Amino acid sequence: MIQLKIDNKEVTVPKTYTILQAAKELHINIPTLCYHPAQGIKGNCRICMVQDGHDRLIPACSTKVSDGMTILTNTKFVREMQRGVLELILANHDQDCLKCVRNGKCELQDLCERFNISKNSFEENQISAHKKDKSNQAIVRDYSKCIKCGRCVETCSSVQNVNILAFANRSTAYEIVPNFDRPLGETECVYCGQCIKICPVGAIYEKNDTEQVLDALEDESLHVIAQIAPAVRVSIGEEFGLEPGAVTTGKIVASLKRLGFDRVFDTNFTADLTILEEGTEFIDRLKNDGVLPMITSCSPGWINYIEGFAPEALDHLSTCKSPQQMFGALSKTYYADKEGLHPSKIHTVSIMPCVAKKFEAKRPEMSSFGSIDVDTVITTREFAQLIRLAGIDFERVEDEEFDEPFGIASGAGAIFGATGGVMEAALRTVYEVMTGELLDQIDFKEVRGLEGIKEAEIQIENKVIKVAVAHGLGNASKLLEQVKVGKSPYHFIEIMACTGGCIGGGGQPIEKSPDTIQKRIEAIYQVDCNKDFRKSHENPAIKQLYEEFLGQPLGERSHHLLHTHYKARFPKEK
Amino acid sequence: MLNTQAIEAILKKYQYDEKALINILQDVQEVCEGRYISEETAAHVSEELNISKRTIYEVITFFAALREHPVGEVLIQLCNSTVCKVKKNAEVKAALEEILGIEMGETSQDKKFTLEYTTCFGACDVSPAIRINKVVYGNLDRDKTLMLMRELKGALYE
Amino acid sequence: MNRVQAFITANFDCYEYNDIDRYIELGGFEALKKAIEKGSDYVIDELRTADIKGRGGAGYPTWKKWAIGHKRQAEKKYVVCNADEGEPGTFKDRELLKKDPFKVIEGMMISGFVFGASKGFIYIREEYAYIQETFKEALEVMREKKYLGHPVFGSDFVFEIEVFSGAGAYVCGENSSLIESMEGRVGRPRIKSPRVGEKGYLGYPTLVNNVETLAGVTTVLLIGAERYAQYGTQESPGTKVICVSGNVKNPGVYEIPFGVTLREIIYDIAGGVEEGRRIKFLQLGGISGPLMPGNMIDIGYSYEALEQEGFSVGSGSILVADETNRVIDFLVSVSDFFYHESCGKCVPCREGKRQLTRLLKKFVSGTAKGKDIKTIEKIAHTMKYTSFCGLGQTAPTALLSAIKYFLPEFWNLVGDKEVSRIGEGEWK
Repeated sequence: MIQLKIDNKEVTVPKTYTILQAAKELHINIPTLCYHPAQGIKGNCRICMVQDGHDRLIPACSTKVSDGMTILTNTKFVREMQRGVLELILANHDQDCLKCVRNGKCELQDLCERFNISKNSFEENQISAHKKDKSNQAIVRDYSKCIKCGRCVETCSSVQNVNILAFANRSTAYEIVPNFDRPLGETECVYCGQCIKICPVGAIYEKNDTEQVLDALEDESLHVIAQIAPAVRVSIGEEFGLEPGAVTTGKIVASLKRLGFDRVFDTNFTADLTILEEGTEFIDRLKNDGVLPMITSCSPGWINYIEGFAPEALDHLSTCKSPQQMFGALSKTYYADKEGLHPSKIHTVSIMPCVAKKFEAKRPEMSSFGSIDVDTVITTREFAQLIRLAGIDFERVEDEEFDEPFGIASGAGAIFGATGGVMEAALRTVYEVMTGELLDQIDFKEVRGLEGIKEAEIQIENKVIKVAVAHGLGNASKLLEQVKVGKSPYHFIEIMACTGGCIGGGGQPIEKSPDTIQKRIEAIYQVDCNKDFRKSHENPAIKQLYEEFLGQPLGERSHHLLHTHYKARFPKEK
Repeated sequence: MLNTQAIEAILKKYQYDEKALINILQDVQEVCEGRYISEETAAHVSEELNISKRTIYEVITFFAALREHPVGEVLIQLCNSTVCKVKKNAEVKAALEEILGIEMGETSQDKKFTLEYTTCFGACDVSPAIRINKVVYGNLDRDKTLMLMRELKGALYE
Repeated sequence: MNRVQAFITANFDCYEYNDIDRYIELGGFEALKKAIEKGSDYVIDELRTADIKGRGGAGYPTWKKWAIGHKRQAEKKYVVCNADEGEPGTFKDRELLKKDPFKVIEGMMISGFVFGASKGFIYIREEYAYIQETFKEALEVMREKKYLGHPVFGSDFVFEIEVFSGAGAYVCGENSSLIESMEGRVGRPRIKSPRVGEKGYLGYPTLVNNVETLAGVTTVLLIGAERYAQYGTQESPGTKVICVSGNVKNPGVYEIPFGVTLREIIYDIAGGVEEGRRIKFLQLGGISGPLMPGNMIDIGYSYEALEQEGFSVGSGSILVADETNRVIDFLVSVSDFFYHESCGKCVPCREGKRQLTRLLKKFVSGTAKGKDIKTIEKIAHTMKYTSFCGLGQTAPTALLSAIKYFLPEFWNLVGDKEVSRIGEGEWK
């Protein structure tokens, strides 16, 4: 243990601690910007400078404590230097905060407020930076706000194993750009959007599609419907000051109704549908020597990843569309028919915790008989923006119910939002369908939780089925490596591109504390517990759908509407 | 078109050691058309060495001796650092631009010459100095520069 | 005392770069033999007496560095000779590598012996490509003679040396950046702790020394530290290889005993100023050194005498600028250099450079305002005290010294002469 003095107060800490951590023990928050507790120390913003016993300035985030150290965090010298650094950042930063997507939620703004800086003391504010990159459907990079902290690079490389962002050039030309300075839309970017959430400022954000939604709602000739992903209901409350994990399903429905949506439906319904199709597909592969392991296909970030980096393994993917897309396809066929509307008059909006779903919705194969399945995708954050715009008091608005026929869902559908949820939902159905018996225990706790890779075994008839669950593409790539060389020990693998699963998606409210993800996950399993029926095949509305329209899982109608195909993203020239 | 054979020879010389990347790339760019590392070349080297494209991209944009853009057959670099400035390299710059017909930072139409500023290359005792394809020429003034360039052009355009 | 004294440079022009037999005749490898015979403690003691300080510019006592390194236990250790001489106005290592490569090699071997390494790298800047070739030949000769790759001089000390080429980055002269580039990555400096002496190349302890330092080590062991320390001053014993350039008649590399005055160096050794002009200012130690007004040249060239006045020996370069030079133009060329060479990763250096470049342009074009001088000072201080590495910390030194010593020149360039108080006292 090391003993040191910070601001004249003694503190004893382990010798691995940095000054920043030691100060935290004394409840002193030294200002930081590039620092993030879940990432490696970068030390490049130079805001965390503190004064040592020799009147020198040293960086608190990257200097380890030593015996007898004396540190002062708040002398005039320290403050002047911190201000100097902040002003230098601001001098090359777009300061039109009122228009910025992170206004009020920006770490740079927080520091300016703390230091009482409104604009830098250098009169000219000419920003020299790359042009804004709006080259793709999902993510915008706004270089005029980038402070080059490097957090996005670390997430893209170390957590997601995609590694398309680079620290290019030297000196004032130093910028964080995609490899070879390509527009993002021309790279292997999978649009997981994890970079959006880790960015401290407004330099990275999702392409905003709220105007499209408002235009559709305004258009009286259109029948506008909404579907909401399982993860949204346990997290959107955070945008309105509620605790992470607050379940706000009824308020979401109410808000959408007030915005003018004609119908509000539940993506959990098509999650149940996905289980029926995918479960049947899995059983089919098991029985008929199909390609194993089978890998889930509902995470578009993951689909982009495997199409980009391992197209030779595409046969392993389930051919099922994601719940979002299954919903979209049904909305323009079965639903259109039921409502007596032409599909071109239906505008389907999905509200997702996901940024990659914006890309998924626009895939050319995601349209049924000429009508695009999902017209617009907005993230949880964009939805919150619409609620605020309409002045809806989210906390107080009275709950309303989903509409029929796509409003009824099981607990299994609800847990899709958490890592391990799809696997658990699938096992609940696969077991009972294959054995004809009821499960004693429908909670598969081995596939739950935040462990990067989880494994489980389940005895079905005389076979031991081995399953694995991975979340975060770094973890996914480990399982993928095994699959590529034919050495995977599993029969069935669930992969979610984002850490935590969809509740940690790129479109989610930015997590304010380390246990936010955990709280959201707990809430999802609570939703499951509170459901009347907790297995997808028990959903009466699903049974009705098959009776009335689809026939049976993997049948011809399902094949056309609910299944898809994949191809290499970057075919190699021969 | 990638000169894969020549590149392979270079990789063999460095025993496919990815740590020697900046040495490998300096050799590789000399056997490439335009004497620079194109994205295609970088992708090839990244595959052969089993390193990420990102690493190669970062390295070629960071190191001044690794070129992202093509240069002419002859690269002429004029030192623009303190000693050469004090020794009035402006004269040399004017002479170079005059006789080559291009400005600093440009490449001639026929792709024979590229003229650029560079930072100190340690020839301060013979400043003002230039490098012509890495060979140092010093103690230059207007007349010496013009003479040197005439000789060079003569040799090139034979 | 003599104004020049050839100890470190004693072999200059005495042998062809690959003539190892002639080098041996001149006393070659006697130093290494002594080190092997008498052991590391002897070497460290000699270095302590000779008080050789890091000759790349950092000036850290070599004996201390080697004493700590010698004791460090590790599975593997490496030594590196830093021949990335990028400091403008500095070309002494070039001469040492070209004219006495075996002395440098011998120094590397001694450093390997004391540190406990069996492999050394010499990182030569790519701009010295022709020297890389001759040096590689010298290494081949060593191998043929079984002085490398085999146990030498009756001991079991085996050493190998590999040449690694730089690729045009001044910042790679900094130890951790150098090592980063040797590992196949961009040459941006690492977070200071742990230092490379503890975790360097591939995570192993790495001892990095400048070319002249290693040549100095060989020299000291060869002639004896006591003899070496008879020259120079009390706190700066021995000699320094200096590089004089700029508006002098005889620019070049000279070896002088510490204590010779700058006046003597410029007028007696380097032939005086071109066209007999007046000296306006000097820049000592490299581009990160302060500007010295021409009327201060009676200071003795030693660590202590220079430091007392706020200057330093640095790399040993002495740039002389006569009265035909404007301070502002010189500052622009200093600024341009750092503009080109900053690695870019930290805010103060990168953004400070961006703003300073704009401000200096205003002075050159005559559109500067009085308060711009204050702004320059503020940015310069932020860079000095908060930058990630030495480059950013020392980049504004020339500028700050110019404001101190040549303020009137700045004022003359100001477009609108509003009165504003410019004080030095506010900053530490």
